This record gives sequence, C-alpha cells and structure tokens, in this order.
Amino acid sequence: MTLDVLQMVLVTIVAAATPLMIAALGELVVERSGVLNLGVEGMMVLGAATGFAVAVETGSTLAGAVAGAGAGLALSALFGILTVVLAANQIASGLAMTILGLGLSGLVGASYVGMKRESAPHLAIPGLTDLPGIGRLFFGQDAFVYAGFALVAGIAWFLWRTRAGLALRAIGDDHTSTHALGLKVRKVRFLAVLFGGACAGLAGAYLSLAYTPFWAPAMTAGRGWIALALVVFASWRPLRVMAGAMLFGGATVLQLHAQAAGLGLPGQALSALPYLATILALVLLSLGRRQGGSVAPASLGRVFTPFR
Amino acid sequence: MGMIKGVAVAVALALGLGAAQAQEKLAGKLKVGFIYVGPVADFGYSFQHDQSRKALLAAMPDKVETSFLENVPEADSERSIESLARSGHQLIFTTSFGFMEPTLKVAKKFPKVKFEHATGYKRSANVSTYSARFYEGRYICGEIAGRLSKTGTVGYIASFPIPEVVSGINAFMLGAQSVNPNIKLKIVWVNTWFDPGKEAEAAKALLAQGADILSQHTDSAAPLQEAEKQGKFAFGQSSDQMRFAPKAQLTSIVDDWDGYVIGEAKAVLDGTWKSHDTWGGIKEGMVVLAPFANMPDDVKAKAEASKKAIADGTLHPFKGPVLKQDGSVAVKEGETAPDPMILGMNWYVKGIDDKLPN
Repeated sequence: MTLDVLQMVLVTIVAAATPLMIAALGELVVERSGVLNLGVEGMMVLGAATGFAVAVETGSTLAGAVAGAGAGLALSALFGILTVVLAANQIASGLAMTILGLGLSGLVGASYVGMKRESAPHLAIPGLTDLPGIGRLFFGQDAFVYAGFALVAGIAWFLWRTRAGLALRAIGDDHTSTHALGLKVRKVRFLAVLFGGACAGLAGAYLSLAYTPFWAPAMTAGRGWIALALVVFASWRPLRVMAGAMLFGGATVLQLHAQAAGLGLPGQALSALPYLATILALVLLSLGRRQGGSVAPASLGRVFTPFR
Repeated sequence: MGMIKGVAVAVALALGLGAAQAQEKLAGKLKVGFIYVGPVADFGYSFQHDQSRKALLAAMPDKVETSFLENVPEADSERSIESLARSGHQLIFTTSFGFMEPTLKVAKKFPKVKFEHATGYKRSANVSTYSARFYEGRYICGEIAGRLSKTGTVGYIASFPIPEVVSGINAFMLGAQSVNPNIKLKIVWVNTWFDPGKEAEAAKALLAQGADILSQHTDSAAPLQEAEKQGKFAFGQSSDQMRFAPKAQLTSIVDDWDGYVIGEAKAVLDGTWKSHDTWGGIKEGMVVLAPFANMPDDVKAKAEASKKAIADGTLHPFKGPVLKQDGSVAVKEGETAPDPMILGMNWYVKGIDDKLPN
C-alpha cells in the first residue's frame, strides 16, 4: 500500500467518522446534564433535509449548515419542552422525536429529491495541502471536519475547565441536591438539549452537503443510533468519543477496502464490530471499577420536578 | 435500524391509512393497493413501482383508484397488507421479496382479493408472482464495461447474496468476459439496499483498487456521484439516474412495470385474472436500458445490437458453456441455463476472484 493510498483511506475514515463524532458530542453534553435524548436520528435526518433544501435555495453551503443545525435545534426544543419543562418520559419522547423527524424530513425534502449540488469546498492551502502523505489529511478537509475537532476540544474544556461545565455535570449526577443548592436544573438541561439538537442537525447537514451531496429520505441510515452507542462506548468523555468515532468509522471503511483489495475478511462480522466494541467497552468499564457499576451520569434518564 | 424502520412505517401507515380511508367508497371503481419497501422518492426501485401506479391511474382514470403504503419494513408488512385488504382493495401489489410469506398469509384470509407479489417464487390461487430478467440488462452492462475499461478492472457494489444479485454479478461478468477474457471483477458486499454513505465508501474503495468502471446492486446514487467526481464511469440502478452523474452514467437498468400492472388491473376488471407467474425481460419491455451515453459510437452500436439479440432470443446471457468458479460445468455447450437455475443461483462463474458470503 503506497503512502497516497494510505492517506486516501485515512481521509475517508475521517470523513466517515465526522457525522458520528459531531452527533455524539452533542448527545454527550445532553446526557452529561442527565437527559437521555433518543431522538438523535430524527434530528439528524431533519438537519440533512433542511440543510440541503436551504443550501439549494440560497446557493450557500454555510447557510445550509446553519439551517441544518437550526432544524435540529428546533426539534430538540420540542423535546426539551416535553421532557424538561413538562417532565414527560424521556425514552418515549425521544423515540417520538425520531418518528417526527423522519416524517418531517420527508416533507421538507420532498421537492429536493433527485437534485444534486457540489459538495462543500475542501480547504486548499498552497504548499501545505499538496504535501505528500499528510497534506490532504491535515490541510485538505472540509469545514465540517475541522468544526468536529474544534467541538471535541471546546466541549472537553467546557465540561472540565469551567464553572458552568462543573454545574452541568453536577446536575447530571444529582438533580435534587444541585436544585437544593440553587442551581437552575431545568434551565441548564434545556440549554444542553438545544445544544445536542443543533449538533445532531449539523451532523445531518454534513451528510447531505459534504459526505454524499444530495438528499434522499432516511439517508442517515441509522447513524443517529450509532452516535448514541458511541456516547456509551466513550463512557461520556469527549476525547474517547473522537477515538470511538474513528474506530467505528474506520471499521466500516476498512472492511470495504479489505473486500475491494480481495482480502478474505467476513464483511458481515466486521459490520457488527462497532456494536461488539460497545458491549466490550461496557464490560471492561464495569470490571475496571472497584465496586463495579456504571460510569453513566447518575441522574441519566430520570425526570426532575422541582416542586415535589 | 429495525427501530427506525418501524418508526417510519408507523408514520407511513398513519398517512397511508388516512388516504385509504378518505378514498373509500367512491363506488364502482377497482381499488388497487401498493406496498413499497422504500420511500417512493428513492429514485430507484420503489420509485419505479410508484411510476407504474401512476401509469395505471392515467390509463384508466374512471375505472381504478389507487393507494400506497411506503417504507414498509419486511418484518412488519403483514399488518400493512391486511389493512389494504380490509379497506376494500381488490388488487394488491406487494413489491419486495421479503413480503412473500406475509402476502401468502393475508391472501389466505381474503380469498376474493387478488395479490401480486414481486420477485418471489411462492404462489397460491389468489397470489401471482412477477419479476424482471434484470440479468439481461446486466449482461449488456458487462459487455460495455469490458469494452471501455482501461485498467481491465471493474468494481461491483453488491447488497445481499441472494440469487437475484448473484445472477446479476454472473451475467455482468459473462458479458465482460465475452469481449475481454482477462477482465477482473472486484466485488464489495455492503449488506444494505440503501445507505448513501456506505455505498460512497465502497465506491471509493473500489476506485482506489484500480477499478475505472462501477456497477451497483444497491439503490442510492452515491456510487455514481463518486465516479463522476473522480472522472470514472458507472452504471445506474433501477431508474435513469443521469441527473446525478451526467458525465459518468453509461446506462442504467430501468425497471418498467407499467405494462404489467395495467394488464393485471384489466384482467381483474374483465374477470379473467388467474394466478400465474411472469418473468419478463428486455423483450417484454420490463427491463429497459436508459439511453447509452458517455461512450464511443461503436460501443453504443454494439450495445444496441446485443439488446436486439437478447430481445429476439438469439443471445442468452447464460448460454453454455458456463463454468463455475471451480471449473465444473454449470451449463453445457449448446444449452442455455433453465429459469430455475437462474432463480436459485448461489455460485459464481469462473473468473470471479471472490468468495460468496453465505
């Protein structure tokens, strides 16, 4: 395998990992605040449809990306009203958001099926992008990829280096005590839900604007669910989300390359690798702790009503 | 995955049933129902079936009315089929292989309703089956690829190892070998009918391995777009996908169900409908090739000639001698493969360097 082929494979792995990474980072913040949002797939697919529609109408990829994130945010606002304000069951509400998102995306995207546009522009720095072996990998990606990595750093910094981040994590671990201390549990959770929705929408917009630049119904093909698994796999840590996304994306891409190269690897088994890896990670995490148990935020999925 | 599909059908059902009920009792018309496995807007398999529904409506607007349910997962199709039967549909098309058992089950409960199941092999008194000889189109695609490939390597993106897909790969390879005996075929199994991202990755992997022409048995336009981006060529799937890749699409195997659907509806109206099996190809107009493009005139002329030869029966893609991978004879010299062999094909022809997943 020559250096250029190796680079090409790495570039495709990063491209395959980016939507998983962005959606999972958003969900990580949501879950760290104690809310389980199973509507990621719906928010993602709605972001893909809206992003593509707006990009076609305005001719601007940036406007499309912003609109995609906005669509995810709008749907997550509905989820937030249901679960945070009205204290409805999070699992049922999240699943409802996935149904709604898939339905709405079909509606939004209906008149854009079969259209195509150029994919989002890639960075091109004369001298750097042409570097053999590493140029395209580091200096030739599109803006979504760089945004994804910036999010990793930003979220890691926010959660562990700021007061607000500490408050968010504390709320996710014990909403009753933090409420008693005077922290605004519902406000923080609602904002976290909005952030997660915007990330899911952005990840969807990446699919329809950069990855495969067209809109087709249900084009997310389950990536929202993989992002949910990824958060668990990463034990709610941003850097591990990044590593996990590369692993999950890499497993898919590498097995396709292995087939094309004629290496006799069983494709079906490799397709199941991300899920097996998640289960393995859960087992290892559980064994690694002295008393066993989960590293999940302690209040994850539990509804909070302050006046009871 | 199962969950999203289930969710999608819940929505589709809600919408579809609403439509079905609204149309009920428009007295005197034949109600024809359609069940699709994908979205009608997939610009592929389900889209082509929906085109036939529209053609039926256009052909006999005062005699029929139609409704459809889209995105119906195969595991949950029985309920959907039954809902159509219950709401007074007298002719129901179930258009995916996986709907076979549910169709037969519902058909037993509603003996007066006529059912039409696409690509299956089980029939009963009120269940007909129909399919198209897609392999005929694939043979011609193979010939074109054999003539045009500069690297001598062609990529094939395959979905699931079922006979329809395997016979397509074999026909494609035999077509390619007929003009270039040394042609290499690289196959990638993606284990999905529709995942644009994964299909694009498979296309990239094949192109990186030296393939300069791609063929696919999956439903999205992503591989075509990837070929277009890299200045390579590809064949479309199920419908004409020229709009996605005007510089890359050589042709596309288009499913044309219009004539069949209209004919069956007529038979029900005339009272002459009987359970039967139909397997039509280029001759019957069920398999249509999108206009040949992006190739020199002589290649185009030869493809047209093959199309004619297949239609008039002088060319058969599985004409002997056909050898299996291990060199054993599958079809003897002077014979052609019988239909049951093609319908149950689970082996590769000689020259394919890949192991068939099981």
